[in-house]
Amino acid sequence: MSARDTSARDSARFIRRDGPALGEAETHARLERTWATPPGLWGWLSSVDHKQVGRRYIVTAFVFFLLAGLLALAMRMQLAGPNQTLLTPDRYNQIFTMHGTTMMFLFAVPVMEAFAIYLVPLMVGTRAIAFPRLNAFSYWVYLAGGVMLWVAFILNVGPDVGWFSYVPLAGPQFGPGKRTDFWAQMVTFTEVAALAVAVEIIVTVLKQRAPGMSLNRIPLFVWGQLVTSSMVVFAMPAVMVSSSMLIMDRLIGTHFFNPAEGGDALLWQHLFWFFGHPEVYIIFLPATGFVSSILPVFARRPIFGYTALVLALFATGFLGFGLWVHHMFVTGLPHLGNSFYTAASMAIAIPSGIQIFCWLATLWDGRPRFATPLLFIIGFIVIFVLGGLSGIMLASVPIDSQVHDTYFVVAHFHYVLIGGAVFPLFGAVYYWFPKFTGRMLSERAGAWNFALFFVGFNLAFFPMHILGLIGMPRRIYSYPAGLGWDDLNLLATAGALILAAGVLVFLGNVWHSLKYGLVAGDNPWGAGTLEWATSSPPPSVNFVHIPVVTGREPLWEEPNGLAAVSGLRVDQRELLLTTVVDAEPDVREPSPMPSIWPLLSAIAVTVLFIGSIFTPWAVVWGSIPLAVGLIGWFWPKSPPDTPEPVVE
Amino acid sequence: MRARAPMALLCIGGLAGCERVRHGVQSALDPAGHQAGRIADLWWLFLAVLAAVYALVLILLLVAAFRPRRRGRVPVGSAFPQEAPTERRLTRVLVAWAVGTTAIILTLTGFSYAVDRDILSLGHRAELTVEITAKQWWWQVKYDDPVPNRSFETANEIRLPVGVPVRVILKAQDVIHSFWVPNLHGKTDLIPGRVNETVIVANREGRFRGQCAEFCGFQHANMALDVVAVPRAEFDAWRESQLAPAVAPSDEQSQEGQRVFLTSACVMCHTIRGTTAASRVGPDLTHIATRPSLAAGTLPYSKGNLAGWIADPQRIKPGSQMPVTGLSADQLQSVLAYLDGLK
Repeated sequence: MSARDTSARDSARFIRRDGPALGEAETHARLERTWATPPGLWGWLSSVDHKQVGRRYIVTAFVFFLLAGLLALAMRMQLAGPNQTLLTPDRYNQIFTMHGTTMMFLFAVPVMEAFAIYLVPLMVGTRAIAFPRLNAFSYWVYLAGGVMLWVAFILNVGPDVGWFSYVPLAGPQFGPGKRTDFWAQMVTFTEVAALAVAVEIIVTVLKQRAPGMSLNRIPLFVWGQLVTSSMVVFAMPAVMVSSSMLIMDRLIGTHFFNPAEGGDALLWQHLFWFFGHPEVYIIFLPATGFVSSILPVFARRPIFGYTALVLALFATGFLGFGLWVHHMFVTGLPHLGNSFYTAASMAIAIPSGIQIFCWLATLWDGRPRFATPLLFIIGFIVIFVLGGLSGIMLASVPIDSQVHDTYFVVAHFHYVLIGGAVFPLFGAVYYWFPKFTGRMLSERAGAWNFALFFVGFNLAFFPMHILGLIGMPRRIYSYPAGLGWDDLNLLATAGALILAAGVLVFLGNVWHSLKYGLVAGDNPWGAGTLEWATSSPPPSVNFVHIPVVTGREPLWEEPNGLAAVSGLRVDQRELLLTTVVDAEPDVREPSPMPSIWPLLSAIAVTVLFIGSIFTPWAVVWGSIPLAVGLIGWFWPKSPPDTPEPVVE
Repeated sequence: MRARAPMALLCIGGLAGCERVRHGVQSALDPAGHQAGRIADLWWLFLAVLAAVYALVLILLLVAAFRPRRRGRVPVGSAFPQEAPTERRLTRVLVAWAVGTTAIILTLTGFSYAVDRDILSLGHRAELTVEITAKQWWWQVKYDDPVPNRSFETANEIRLPVGVPVRVILKAQDVIHSFWVPNLHGKTDLIPGRVNETVIVANREGRFRGQCAEFCGFQHANMALDVVAVPRAEFDAWRESQLAPAVAPSDEQSQEGQRVFLTSACVMCHTIRGTTAASRVGPDLTHIATRPSLAAGTLPYSKGNLAGWIADPQRIKPGSQMPVTGLSADQLQSVLAYLDGLK
C-alpha cells in the first residue's frame, strides 16, 4: 500500500457525506454500515427497514389469504348439493364471517399497503419510508389483530354475524358471548395499522421524491397509493367509531344502536358503509396502480393517457365516498334520497371506463410481450369489466331490490374484488418477485397458474349471477332441493376446486423459484421506473446514489444511467426531502435507527385491546404499559456525537 | 385467445339457467306481479345494453392484443416511441369513449328512475293491508281490517287475491330481516324500531316462495314463507275460514290431544283461538293444518312431518326457539291428531 493511498484513506475518514471525494467502494461500505439492520433475533424484532417490514406484511397477508381460501372451500363443499350436513349452521356462520372478515380486513387492504410499504420508497427514489418506526409498529399491531381473531375462531369463539356485523344481531342481546367482541376489536387493530401506513405513504410521496420527480412524473402506482392513503385517512375513522360504539354497547351498556332506548339500528349501517364502500376502492385503486405499472412494460410503450388516469383516480376517490347508501336501498330510506345515490353509483362508471380505455389503448399501440404478468392483466380486464357492468345493475334501485343480498351480489363483488384486485395482485407478484428476491418466478408454472385461476374463477362465480336471479339468498348454510339451484351450485364448487389448484401451482412456483429460480439482475423486464435502478433485492440503503429524475420512465429516458445527487451523510441515516410540487431538493432529514420500542408499544396496545374485550378496566390499567412504551419510543435522543460536517 | 372463455361461459350459464329462469317459484325472472314484471323488463334491458358494451370491450381487447403489427424489434429495456399523431388520435377516441359511457349511463339511469316511479305508484291503489312481523326465524302475519274483530293472525303464509294490490306493513321484533318474494317484487327490510312498507300484487294464480334475505342468525337459511295467489272469491272464503276459531276436536284421541296441548309446554308459546292457549311467542296454530308448510318453509306440511317436527325440532332446525317438549309417544300421537284436525 503506497503512502498516497494511506493518506487518501486517512482524509476519507473525516468525510461524512457521500460524493466523489469518497470513492465508490468506500461509499457503499459506509452506507451499508449505517443502514444495515443488525443481525440476529434482536435485529429482526427491532428492524425498521421498510423492505423487511413490507416483506413481512406481504407474507402475512398471503397466509391470511390461504386461510380464508380454505374457509371458502369448506363453504363450497357444504353448498355443493342441497340439504348437506358437512357443517353445522353454527360453524357455517362462523366460517362465512371469518372468510369475509379475513379477506377484507386481513388480506386485501393490508396486502395493498404492504406493496406500498415495499415499493413506494423505491419508486420515488428515497432511502427509507417516512416514520419507519411507526411502520414497524403498524405491522406488529396488524399481526396481533389477525392472530387474535384466528385464535378466537379456532377456540370456537369466532365471529358469526357476517363481515359487516349488522346490529341488533351483533348487539348485546342477540349476539351474546365474546364472538362479536373479537370481531370489533380486530377491526380496531387493523384500522390502527392501516391509518399508520396511510400517513407514512402520504408523507413519503409528498416529501421524499427524488429530485426532479415533479407531480406530473410520479409513477401511476404511487399516485394510486397516494389517493388510496388519503381515502384511508377519511374512511377508517368511521369504522373505528362504529366498532368502538358497538363494543361500548356490548361491554358497558351504552345504547347507540338499541332502538328501545333511543338508539338506531340503521346508524350502524350508515357508519359502516361510509367506510365500507370506500374500502372497495381502497382495495381497487392500488390494483389499478399495478396495472398501470405492468402494462407499459409488457406493451413496451409508455402508458397512454397518464393525466386522464390520474384524474380518474381522484374522481374515483371522491365519488367513492358518495355511494354508501346503495348498500341500503332496501332498508326503507326515502326514495328521493336513494335516487341521488343511484346517480353517484352510476357516475363512477365514467372514470372506470376511462381507465379501461387507457389500458386498452396502451396495449393497442404497443408491442405486447405475453409474459405471465401481462396474462394476469388481461384476465383482470376480462373479469373486472364484467363485475363493473353488473355493478351498474346494482346501482339501479329497482334491480337492486331484487338482487340485493343474493348470490348475484356475491358474484358481483367477487368479480370486482378477485378480478379487480387479486388478478392484478398476482400479476404484481410475478412482476416484482425478482425485485423482492433476486430470482424470477417460473414462466411456465405462471401460465398454468393463470389458466387454472382464470377458468376456475369463472366456473365458480359466473353461475352465482344466475343463482341470485333465481332466488338464492346469500349467507344460507343449506338450501332445499327442487328450487333449481342444485347443479349450478355443484358447478360453482367444481370451479372453486380448480381455482384452489391454481393457488397450489402458485405456491409451488414461489417455493421452487426461491431456491432455483433464474437470477434476475437489476432490471429483468426492461422496465422504466426507479425501483429497477437498484439491485435485486435492493441494498439496505435502497439507493447508493440518490437518482435525479428527468421524466416519467427515467430508465427508458436515460439508458446510459441516471444522474445522482450527493451530499447526504454516510455516517448517519439521512434522507433528502424535496418540495411537494416540483421535487426540488429542500432539506436533509434524519431517519431513525432500528428500535425495539415499536414492538414493545404494539404489545402494550395488544394487551390493552384484548383486555378491554373482557373488562373496561383494561383501558385504564393497560394505558400504563402503553405510556411506558411510548415514552421509551419518543425518549429524546442525545445529539449526534459527531459534529455537523462543513461543506467539503 | 383466453378472452373467449367467459363468452362461452355466458352461453353455457345462460342455457343452464334458461329453463329455471322461465319457471321458478322463487325467481326474479319469472314475474307474476306488476312490480316484478317491470323490474325484470328493466333487468333485461340493462343486460342487453351492458352485454353489448362487454362484447365491445372484449373485441377491443382481443384486437389490441393480437392485431398484426409492423415488423420491428423493440430492444428490451426501452420503449416503443410514442408518435404524436397516434397520441392525438387515441385522445380523440378517449373523448368519444367517455361521452359514449356518459350517454349510456344517463339513459340507463333514466329508465331506472322511470321504473322506480311506476312501481311506487301502485301504493295508492292498495285495498288490503297485511302486517308482517319477522321473528327469529318465522313470519307472523296479521290481516288487518277496519272492523277489529275481523282481523286475524296466521304464520309463514300469505294468501292474496289475484289482481288486488296488497299493502304490506313490515316490522321486526328482534333483529333485521328482509321480506322478499322474488316473483312478485323486490325486497324490503324489516328493522327493529322502524316500520317499513311495501306493496305486492299478483297478476296470476300460483304458489310462490319467499325467503328472508338479510342474515338474521342461526336459522337464516330456514326462514321462508309461502305466498298463494287465488281468485277473489276463493280468497274471501279462505279469509272467512281463517276468522273462525279452531274447530273443536271431535274424536276421543283429538280431545285427548287438546288436553295434552293445553296442559304441556305447548301452551306457553302458541295460540289456538277458541281455547285457553293464547301465548304469542310462537306461531298461531288455529288453522295450522291448512298451511302449505311447517317451521317457516322448512318442511312441507304433512302429518308425518309435523310428528317429526314436534318430536325433535332441534334436529330439523337447530337453534330454533321450538324446544323439545318431551311428550310420550301416546301424547305425541294424540297431539298430532288434534293439530292435524285444525283445518
